[in-house]
Amino acid sequence: MRRARLYFTVAGSSFRRYATYRVATAAGVFTNTVFGFIVAYTYTALWTSRPQLGGYDQAQALTFVWTGQALLAAVALIGGGAQDEIQERIRTGDVAVDLYRPVDLQLWWLAADCGRAAFHLLGRGVVPMAVGAFAFELALPSSPLTWLAFLLSTWLAVVVSFAFRYLLALSAFWLLDGSGLSTLGTLLSTFFSGMLLPLNVFPGAFGEVVRQLPWAAMLQVPADVLLEERSGAAGLAGAFGFQACWALVLLAAGRALQSAATTKVVVQGG
Amino acid sequence: MGESGAESRTDGDATGGGTGVGAGRETGRETYGPTGGGAEVCVEAVGLEKVFQVRRRTGVLRRERREVRAVDGIDFTVARGEMVGFIGPNGAGKSTTIKMLTGILTPSGGRLRVAGIDPARERTRLTRRIGVVFGQRTTLWWDLPLRDSYALVRRIYRIPGERYRANLDRCVELLDLGELLDVPVRQLSLGQRMRADIAAALLHDPEVLYLDEPTIGLDVISKAQVRDFLRDLNAERGTTVLLTTHDLTDIEQLCERVIVIDHGRLMYDGALAGLHEVGESERTLVVDLERELPPIEGVPGARTVRTEGPRQWLAFPASASAAPIVARIAADHPLVDLSLREPDIEDVIARMYAQQRRPAAG
Amino acid sequence: MAEAERAAAPGVRDARAVRAVREAVVRARWGVRAYGFIAAMWVRSTMAYRTSFVLMVVGNLVTTLLDFLAIVIMFTHIDELGGFTLPEVAFLYATSSAAFGLADLLLGSFDRIGSRVRDGTVDTLLVRPVPVLAQVAADRFALRRVGRLLQAVLLLGWSVTALDLDWTPGRLLLVPVMVVSGAAIFGAVYVLGGAFQFWAQDAAEVQNSFTYGGTTMLQYPPTVFARELLRGVTFVVPLAFVNWLPALHVLGHDDPLRLPGWVDFASPAVAALCCVVAGLVWRAGLRGYQSTGS
Repeated sequence: MRRARLYFTVAGSSFRRYATYRVATAAGVFTNTVFGFIVAYTYTALWTSRPQLGGYDQAQALTFVWTGQALLAAVALIGGGAQDEIQERIRTGDVAVDLYRPVDLQLWWLAADCGRAAFHLLGRGVVPMAVGAFAFELALPSSPLTWLAFLLSTWLAVVVSFAFRYLLALSAFWLLDGSGLSTLGTLLSTFFSGMLLPLNVFPGAFGEVVRQLPWAAMLQVPADVLLEERSGAAGLAGAFGFQACWALVLLAAGRALQSAATTKVVVQGG
Repeated sequence: MGESGAESRTDGDATGGGTGVGAGRETGRETYGPTGGGAEVCVEAVGLEKVFQVRRRTGVLRRERREVRAVDGIDFTVARGEMVGFIGPNGAGKSTTIKMLTGILTPSGGRLRVAGIDPARERTRLTRRIGVVFGQRTTLWWDLPLRDSYALVRRIYRIPGERYRANLDRCVELLDLGELLDVPVRQLSLGQRMRADIAAALLHDPEVLYLDEPTIGLDVISKAQVRDFLRDLNAERGTTVLLTTHDLTDIEQLCERVIVIDHGRLMYDGALAGLHEVGESERTLVVDLERELPPIEGVPGARTVRTEGPRQWLAFPASASAAPIVARIAADHPLVDLSLREPDIEDVIARMYAQQRRPAAG
Repeated sequence: MAEAERAAAPGVRDARAVRAVREAVVRARWGVRAYGFIAAMWVRSTMAYRTSFVLMVVGNLVTTLLDFLAIVIMFTHIDELGGFTLPEVAFLYATSSAAFGLADLLLGSFDRIGSRVRDGTVDTLLVRPVPVLAQVAADRFALRRVGRLLQAVLLLGWSVTALDLDWTPGRLLLVPVMVVSGAAIFGAVYVLGGAFQFWAQDAAEVQNSFTYGGTTMLQYPPTVFARELLRGVTFVVPLAFVNWLPALHVLGHDDPLRLPGWVDFASPAVAALCCVVAGLVWRAGLRGYQSTGS
């Protein structure tokens, strides 16, 4: 119980810390909005020549674009989350201190990342979505329950994304240049999450495989929940179940890597 | 403006060759400056000023603009080959002064010359004549081995090969860097990094070396090593050394002259001994007796300020010698151990203020 | 006496101008040389871990190819996007990516200025006898960023063979010209973004809109975008000169803004202008830093 409160405190302070970066937030909103416009125009061209592509109509496709921009920072698809800090702490050796703290390292960082994501969803998600809705005709749901389901799905997306980035961050224990791997992770995340192109547009068997990978849980699934492509008790259970499974698998892998890293630090002193 | 202002002031009872607050500054010049000794001027600041515009949020949209005079008309000169310590509380303006002397910041007013160069106008030309060491942040390349960092420094300063090798060998030997050359800078300890940084700042034979808090956070051995090196450098090569510090021992062991800056003004310029007298600072003798005894009395020039079991604290003027006091105590009391505590720099400055206010009030 | 002085004044002024220009040239050459050896040192230090480096370059190459794969997937559903075929879009993609990749390789470290201002390490750059611009540009030079450039060259090779075009010398010459001027325009954006961070330290991300956002936009046909956006990137932030305008000429497409024909060849001049503006703003930013220290 006290532990749970500790992690809530960590999340809260992380939220407040990111809330102090006002200029950075404004800059991010600007960038997300610019990208939203660029992608929205290309999708308009694409869906004009192929209406109903991937089962979306044009309004849904455009909603997908702006959902992607709204979630980009929260789900940290292009970095900017806890992993940068973790890697910096590994690089400077401060992580040795973290490993001896009486809290669980992975949960601690997860809590911090959830706090950050909550701020990024509000601070960097709402405005681009509103601008998108103002400039284009979007297919936003009217049911508050759908929005609630979307929030839950977004939270699960953050957890899956964190679990994946935690794995990348810990690789800095073994690699000289962790930033190179981060770049790689970023590019994988943007492609396989649907950020570049909705995954239901991906053709054939390749599409089938891509839709089952963990990155699908980061954007495609929450977007489909919002677009009511996944709805009803069964549809939503399937969506949440898919996200939760990947979250557990990746968190477990992170835990294994963390204990290997701890051994390495203890044995070699960093 | 500073020139004539200083000239018109009366010669006060400047002590220890230095000049106290409100006392004439000529004495300082005669002793240390170029006019009396005929030594070559290396650094000259006249009416040096730095004003920052600070904007502060006072409401949701309202903002208040305020002027902060970080350096408020400072005059001093440093002759070639001097070693001068800049002291003062945090935020007093000493770092700003050093930043102006190195060309990092542009002064808002006054005249400044370092090695005959105006730092703000010809920063790049100046960089070849000065060496800078920041205690808190390294000027070396964090991820590169020390050897590569030095090779880069050599190319950046275009140091001729022979001179570079001679200087590097000398620094490596005196600063004990031999085993560190292949270690990336990020893996060095604070003391090692400081030594490495000092070496990097000296490879191009600068005329002036600035050190910002060179001993901060170092262990006792590293501190001693750094101080020994700087003393030798100054003695053998005649390099002018300007350093800021919080550690009075740095000043005591290195500098004949201190400049105290507070609230952007020059509070004192002269010898350390004089500073103690101006500030009426006291040193403390900590005495461990065999057993608990009543407070020691009857030692001329000293008074017991505190007792705790067998340990007693005696205060005496910093300018007085400790020897007769120790001899007197040892003669009359069962002495086990004793140690001497130097006055705190903040304490000295605080006392200086108190003294400055007294004549004004009375 | 005064007459004579007045008569001599223009000559004196000319001599001063000549000297100023000469000094600027000397300074620029020294800056480039210093950039060279600082960057070389970074390359050397990463080469100590050769396997890791090769993996990173390959990884970078593969993942940037994924980026293009998204466009290929689009074309599995359509034959033309905004009136452009896949090889044509590939040509746009490759030229945009090459220009941006070159700028990113050479000047990619400019987004770190804000954090350097915050932690005070800009001061350490100011006490070295190398232009700060060169030091910032060379800082943490990462050769692995060459991956994007490789991808662009591969794509360019494919699109040139796949395009059914009459490669006149003029068209052929336009390709390297657009890559180099495009890189200069993106480079100017990097420098401007860096200078902007002297005033707003946390605003590093704004420049992503123009660098990453710009290169993404330029990878698609201009016909896809709204007229106002096209005007913006032609007249305000002249990204259209990176590849769109010259590429339209090479591919034989009409310019949606109907600008006069000579603008297709104006990229080098626009790039030079951008560099001058960026240089002046950079200098103002650095001077601002030197007077406020923050």
